Amino acid sequence: MASHTHRQPAPAAPPGPAPEGAARPWPADQPAVFEAVDLACVRRDRTLFEGFSFRLAAGELLQIEGANGSGKTSLLRILCLLALADAGEVRWNGVNVAEDRADYLGRLTYIGHTPGVKADLTALENLQVASALAPDTAACHPDDALAAVGLAGFEDTHVRELSAGQTRRVALARLLLQPTRLWILDEPFTALDRAGKRRVEELLEAHCAAGGMALITTHQPVDVGDAAKTRIHLGPEPAAMDEAG
Amino acid sequence: MGHAFLAILKRDLTLALRHRSELANPLVFFVVVVSLFPLALGPEQDILTRVAPGILWVAALLAATLAMDGMFRSDFEDGSLEQLLLSPHPPSVLVLAKILAHWLATGLPLILISPLLALFLHLPGDALGVLLATLALGTPTLSLVGAIGVALTVGLRRGGLLLTLLVLPLYVPVLIFAAGAVDNAAAGFPVAGQLYFLAAVLVLAATLAPLATAASLRISLG
Repeated sequence: MASHTHRQPAPAAPPGPAPEGAARPWPADQPAVFEAVDLACVRRDRTLFEGFSFRLAAGELLQIEGANGSGKTSLLRILCLLALADAGEVRWNGVNVAEDRADYLGRLTYIGHTPGVKADLTALENLQVASALAPDTAACHPDDALAAVGLAGFEDTHVRELSAGQTRRVALARLLLQPTRLWILDEPFTALDRAGKRRVEELLEAHCAAGGMALITTHQPVDVGDAAKTRIHLGPEPAAMDEAG
Repeated sequence: MGHAFLAILKRDLTLALRHRSELANPLVFFVVVVSLFPLALGPEQDILTRVAPGILWVAALLAATLAMDGMFRSDFEDGSLEQLLLSPHPPSVLVLAKILAHWLATGLPLILISPLLALFLHLPGDALGVLLATLALGTPTLSLVGAIGVALTVGLRRGGLLLTLLVLPLYVPVLIFAAGAVDNAAAGFPVAGQLYFLAAVLVLAATLAPLATAASLRISLG
């Protein structure tokens, strides 16, 4: 358990391309459309948003911005069927996703506000469970996924002993285990250092280039190269938005 | 699906082993409560033999309730529960794996220690086998039924008391039939009826409770 300490300086994110792009479970040119139609969310008699719609096609990234408490997390939870919308529906290729829940859930990876990582398991054990919960047998070995997010050498470290940023990386490694077409990420850059953020941007860029879709909430500027990027502001539009924040 | 079931089972047992002190809590409670009775009631064999089935079962039931609260708590707090519900595998199957792991970690030790406690209370040897049988049939039912209550209260900050109020009435039939069976065995009467009833309740709970628990979790998270 203590053997990792001398390896601490190692985890600078390797800049080389990760094993993604290898086996995509969808044909590259297969069309896919992810839509939200007139979604509304009311929490404790307060309307967070209503009439919220968007359309996301293959290879596109949608960045959702909004002030704290504007309902970004509620929106993401509605999109992955963890919460119920008060109105409206979510559609995959024109079909309401609630009709075939298992099929839809097999197409998406959600990384929420809480990373969904067990503190008392090692990084590797966490990913092994995640890969067992995935729709098919994992396309990428948990070891490789950890290496790809810059955690080589930390496989057998208990997550409790990792830093917040490293814990976030363990969660992000799930994206590589089983390539799903739709990524829904809530504040993926939280606690990540500059190299870590860059690494996630590269993953997003490669994902979009391969025809995947991503939906993220963040206040930080996102650089995903050539991928089509849309920004949506949730909640009341402030007069002067803090572009840098 | 079987793969996911086993992965969750293995994960929860690993976690339980890494939290041995939490694991010991209900067991210590069980032992302490039962061993206090001979001190309070006096060592007369007649009295202890008469009350032993009731004491053993009430203590086992309270110990099981005590352990119940933790079933989904940590998963809820660290977001693992969301990931469980987002898996394309049926949530009821994954929930069943969690309940089974929880019972193996908290219910099974109660059964294993109970012969020793039965000895403290002068429970007749004939009744010991019946006691073990009722515990083996009854404690999994407690875990399954309790899981529904835990799933409903997991989102609440202080759900402990509510959980107790919610599940204890549901435990009463199990308590009545299980303690009754041990009582009958101690008096030399047949016990088949009660055991069949406990087995039937267990089958019913194993069939329906995972579905209800999965639905309750979805409500709690939503």
